[in-house]
Amino acid sequence: MKRFVYINDDDQSHDLYCDNRISNRKYTVLNFLPKNLWEQFSRFMNQYFLLIACLQLWPLITPVNPASTWGPLLFIFAVSATKEAWDDYNRYVSDKKANEKQVWVVKKGVKKHIRAQDIHVGNLVWLRENDEVPCDLVLIGTSEPQGLCHIETSALDGETDLKTRVIASACAGIELELLHKIKGVIECPPPDKDIRRFDANMRLFPPFLDNDVCPLTIKNTILQSCYLRNTEWVCGVAIYAGNETKLGMSRGVPEPKLTAMDAMIDKLTGAIFVFQVVVVIVLGVAGNVWKDMEARKQWYVQYPNEGPWYELLVIPLRFELLCSIMIPISIKVSLDLVKSLYAKFIDWDQEMMDTKTGTPSHAANTAISEDLGQVEYILTDKTGTLTENKMIFKRCCISGTFYGNETGDALKDVKLLNAVSGGSSDVIRFLTVMSICNTVIPVQSKNGVLSYKAQSQDEEALVRAASQLHMVFVKKNASILEINFNASLLQYELLDTLEFTSDRKKMSIVVRDCQSGKIFLLSKGADEAILPCACTGQQIRTFTEAVEQYAQMGLRTLCVAWRELPEDEYREWSLTFKEANSTLVDREWRVSEVCQRLEVGLEILGVAAIEDRLQDGVPETIETLRKAGINFWMLTGDKQNTAIQIALSCNFVSPEPKGQLLLINGKTEDEVCRSLERVLLTMRITNSEPKDVAFVIDGWALEIALKHHRKAFTELSILSRTAICCRVTPSQKAQLVGILKSCDYRTLAIGDGGNDVRMIQQADIGVGISGREGLQAARAADYSIGKFRFLKRLILVHGRYSYNRTAFLSQYSFYKSLLICFIQIFFSFVSGVSGSSLFNSVSLMAYNVFYTSIPVLVSVLDKDLSERTVMQHPQILFYCQAGRLLNPSTFAGWFGRALFHAIVVFLITIHAYANEKSEIEEVSMVALSGCIWLQAFVVAIETNSFTILQHLAIWGNLLGFYVINWIISSVPAAGMYTIMFRLCGQPSYWITMFLIVVCGMGPVIALKYFRYTYRSSKINILQQAERLGGPILSLGSIETQQRSLERELSALSISQPKSRSPVYEPLLLDSPSALRRSFGPGPHTDFRTRNYKDN
Amino acid sequence: MKSLTCFSYPVHSLLNCDYLAYYFESRLSSLCILPILDSKFIQQELSAWKPILTPGWVIAIFIILGVVFILIGLLAFYASVHVEELVERYDVDCVPFTDKNKITKYIRDSSSNKTCTKTLRVQKKMKNPIYVYYQLHHFYQNHRRYVRSRSDKQLRSTKHEYETKECLPIATVNNNSKPIVPCGLIAWSLFNDTYQFSVNSKVVEVDRKDIAWKSDRDYKFGSKVYPKNFQSSGMIGGGKLNESIPLSKQEDLIVWMRTAAFSTFRKLYGQIKVDLDANSNITVVIQNNFNIYEFGGKKQLVLSTSNWSVGTNKFLGCAYLYVGGFSLVVAISFTITYVLKPRPLGDPAYLSWNKYPSIYEN
Repeated sequence: MKRFVYINDDDQSHDLYCDNRISNRKYTVLNFLPKNLWEQFSRFMNQYFLLIACLQLWPLITPVNPASTWGPLLFIFAVSATKEAWDDYNRYVSDKKANEKQVWVVKKGVKKHIRAQDIHVGNLVWLRENDEVPCDLVLIGTSEPQGLCHIETSALDGETDLKTRVIASACAGIELELLHKIKGVIECPPPDKDIRRFDANMRLFPPFLDNDVCPLTIKNTILQSCYLRNTEWVCGVAIYAGNETKLGMSRGVPEPKLTAMDAMIDKLTGAIFVFQVVVVIVLGVAGNVWKDMEARKQWYVQYPNEGPWYELLVIPLRFELLCSIMIPISIKVSLDLVKSLYAKFIDWDQEMMDTKTGTPSHAANTAISEDLGQVEYILTDKTGTLTENKMIFKRCCISGTFYGNETGDALKDVKLLNAVSGGSSDVIRFLTVMSICNTVIPVQSKNGVLSYKAQSQDEEALVRAASQLHMVFVKKNASILEINFNASLLQYELLDTLEFTSDRKKMSIVVRDCQSGKIFLLSKGADEAILPCACTGQQIRTFTEAVEQYAQMGLRTLCVAWRELPEDEYREWSLTFKEANSTLVDREWRVSEVCQRLEVGLEILGVAAIEDRLQDGVPETIETLRKAGINFWMLTGDKQNTAIQIALSCNFVSPEPKGQLLLINGKTEDEVCRSLERVLLTMRITNSEPKDVAFVIDGWALEIALKHHRKAFTELSILSRTAICCRVTPSQKAQLVGILKSCDYRTLAIGDGGNDVRMIQQADIGVGISGREGLQAARAADYSIGKFRFLKRLILVHGRYSYNRTAFLSQYSFYKSLLICFIQIFFSFVSGVSGSSLFNSVSLMAYNVFYTSIPVLVSVLDKDLSERTVMQHPQILFYCQAGRLLNPSTFAGWFGRALFHAIVVFLITIHAYANEKSEIEEVSMVALSGCIWLQAFVVAIETNSFTILQHLAIWGNLLGFYVINWIISSVPAAGMYTIMFRLCGQPSYWITMFLIVVCGMGPVIALKYFRYTYRSSKINILQQAERLGGPILSLGSIETQQRSLERELSALSISQPKSRSPVYEPLLLDSPSALRRSFGPGPHTDFRTRNYKDN
Repeated sequence: MKSLTCFSYPVHSLLNCDYLAYYFESRLSSLCILPILDSKFIQQELSAWKPILTPGWVIAIFIILGVVFILIGLLAFYASVHVEELVERYDVDCVPFTDKNKITKYIRDSSSNKTCTKTLRVQKKMKNPIYVYYQLHHFYQNHRRYVRSRSDKQLRSTKHEYETKECLPIATVNNNSKPIVPCGLIAWSLFNDTYQFSVNSKVVEVDRKDIAWKSDRDYKFGSKVYPKNFQSSGMIGGGKLNESIPLSKQEDLIVWMRTAAFSTFRKLYGQIKVDLDANSNITVVIQNNFNIYEFGGKKQLVLSTSNWSVGTNKFLGCAYLYVGGFSLVVAISFTITYVLKPRPLGDPAYLSWNKYPSIYEN
């Protein structure tokens, strides 16, 4: 389905393609209600509550007023609907703003000012400097003589540098006046979201006939949402408009991520649901039996002898309604609320603010903070993530001579400076390639300062270094490149650019020396891409050595080469290149094939080494997080040796002899297989030894391993705490994440560049570093942070607190619902199993909505340990990782507590309010206030730190309960008129409350104290140490004294497999941790002492 | 509004500019009403009280609770001991038959003579006011069909006479439009035994006024609502009502309609405003009308002197004593364990990662 765009055609194209009206709206005024309701009801919980609410409309079975369910249900619906509506309204407003922007468009040959939404495909659009591009355009004219223009694409891909775009070649040289009248057709692919690709052709109609199909690439387009810079005006043809633009197509709703905790809560909800069904069946049967045995004798009940056909269902349904409160209706709302607060805390955190650039951390996904606390694997990119991505040219090796080895900086090496001033031809050629073989644009500002706009940091570093060595790249005028060398001006004509792709790993340009007229091919690229292309006969050993040496220092290397092209060879090749460039299918592959043909027989000039410094605090962060039991994998596109060096320098692996690197390599399937098995064996053996073992694999071997030995590789992934994967492609990064995820590990992927986007999206948690490679990763990520070191705080502080808080909040929500539900169930035993409710509708509704949900919301401020303690003892994160605070057994504890408290409240109430006091309204309020008192104390005892807000919420809520009930009690029409005043006037009421609180909380405190003192968890010990004041000092001193020792110990200990005690998490028995344990030590073979140097 | 602006200032600092961020920070925090609270809140740095369960605290709490509970328990127990209570079950003795069918027939027959006389002996002197209760067992006033079968609106005013929907099956006479006032099963099953007391053949007056809650008389039961069509047809449930007395004055009905939460309950019948001397015999003439025989219930007559705190209920006193004693036991055992097996709190030596190389052992 190709698209044919008729340029400047006023009638045909109108109905074919959509106009430029942008609409990001999900709803319209008319369909909002049905569509929103439909979406809300697609969630199981909502369906359940709706069913309950509908059943309650049947007066025969409803135990309480239907309002007690409809109220909260409508409230919850109203809240989420309002949120949706507000978001949608904001989208509408911003759409409207964009749609009503005025633009100049040629209509019927006249330039007119119209609204952006009225642009049609095929229209000619005129833009001025600093205008925003309203739709995707193909450039046909600019103010610049070479047909160039500059655009800023930060809104599209986050890259802040300026990009050059050029007009379609067929339109070159058309007069400004004629542009109005231009006619033609553009054949382009259907709309897609690839912002790096646009393979189309253009043919102009007479009188502009060029007799030729003119190929168009992404270079000839300017896309919606970019800004025009440094160019007076441009003119373009609209090809995609409205929601069909590249930007519009790439907008999509990302798949919502579900945290492990949410999954566990859902599981527990399911369990409670099953329990509820059992209770309903048992009570329903008992109720029917009792009815037949007893109730028919109770003349005052007047059971009819003949009932309707559904009679048997009535009592079970009543119990279903009574027990429906077992699943707290408020849990989703409360969770959503606290989760968005966690996210806000991350946004607000000033300690995670990059003060240099002023970038705060940002949680784009507000729903997954708890997962941060449960991370088990971190997969990190290297460049820009661990390192600063500030490239500095440090060393080089030019035709066998090493520069910069003594001084550590080639730019200060006298030898090199002398060679430059001495005019050594090799060095000059090297510098020439350095300064012009790139896509850098020199920008001369008004006051004469030269700056470079580059898409690649490496290129910028090279150009800068060359300019410091007096080879200054001054000007790029269309195809003329000007270099200023030692005050003489050299000019080159740029003939072709063989672009860099991640597959080719090199780039070249073809230039003609304007003085001599000779044609040269200048290339630069990765060693393994350039060195094989060396001309036969050239000794490349020194270069491989240089590459090796530099890589071991952790430097990035680039090989530089050149070749002189005979005129006819170039001309011949040029034709095929042009042809390849205008193919519509597989263009990229065809082009690279053609390029390959030219890039042979190169003369290697030398190797440049570029340093990329580690970011601040990277080693410490990695060490802390490794202590916290998090495994690190490094996935990088860089070379093996560079990667290993970086890994060593940032504590990724310990140096020899404690650390050990196991290499998986090989070119063929067999080799990889053998090497994989060897590593696996070693891994199994060393697993029980205190050794720090890591495996290293490169992209090629990984490809084979993933294809043919997936199972073995998966086992290896489980066994290995550390891995270094080098030379991997973006999709392999994502695949590795997938492997770990399939083993049920919580993965966090962190990266900064476009090549990390897939891994970030694939991982449970994606973290983007808003770094120098643009914001692409940060945009795709769930969290964006300014620096790698903030990861420590993000996980240990925010992740851990969020996990703890949600664990409490969710279990507490079930506790309070179960508590009141158990009381209802017990009451049914004394009310003839007939399904009457002890509590009135108002109380039931308010219990869920006010009395019990407000105190627990302040648990978002709870801190079990101070941030400092957690940072000092990151091992404590294990409790979160293993899910110690929310799992079926802790839940059973809360279930038991609810049962116990219900028994306490019920027994005390029926005894204290027996006989003449057994008036049902009073009894119900006594039981209710018993529950309220207990829950206030439960929240209090589970709170670790009380801030003023917690006191306000817990005790204020208790007071609020009385105030609300006094108010209701003073309304004569209410069922409980005067009840609360009567009760509060009775000493026996207060005595009963006191008894309930002490009976309910006494055992809880005693048990907690016992556990705290004699079976204390690590958290408890640290709490005690922290709060008693005394030992915290010794903790600190121990920390410093034992630091070296502890480092050793921790390094030793981390090679131990995690044995999560199954007692705490029976559901996780078949998880990979169990699998880990089951790998016994393998047969003893001597593969152990391999290390990376053995290669 | 001001605090709101302040609240969101870190969002402003999203602007990639140090200076701007600083500017906003300084400007906005000075605008705040509670700048410290706000910034501390958003940085999660509010000063907090962090109690922990030290042995000293826990033992002290349990000792204090124990002592307080025993004291309150003793008080309550003392108070409940001083309550004199006479309980007499009369349902079995007051029927001439033992066969259930005959009893049912007898009790349902309105013409049969159901007078019955019992004698109670006062053990200790009972001071006035003496409350007269009837106590029913196995009577489910809390049954779902029963407890909702009433119309509060109808009881309140004549305007809502026809609102009998909730009252089914006792709503209208013979299913036509004549409403029953008061409608519903509760009113229909009104308790209708009566008691007449005499000591040494001298009649002791039972005051049947002021037995219902004042709020019920004043508000819930209308002073202009008179019984209508009550117990007039169909099956006769419990007692009948005098149609010339408004509902607000029918206190026995008001008491009955305050439904009990349990199947055993007492309801106030009246008050005796004279003292009863010790060892005196009270003769009670009972009209044994109310049918509890069909479902095997029990009926008791209770005379009781009231008391300020716990009524006639010994439960609270006992419970307090037990709980108090138990918490003392807990306190003592905690003290003993603490003395025998002291364990320094917060000793970093207990952190396994300080002690052993393995972090994750448990």
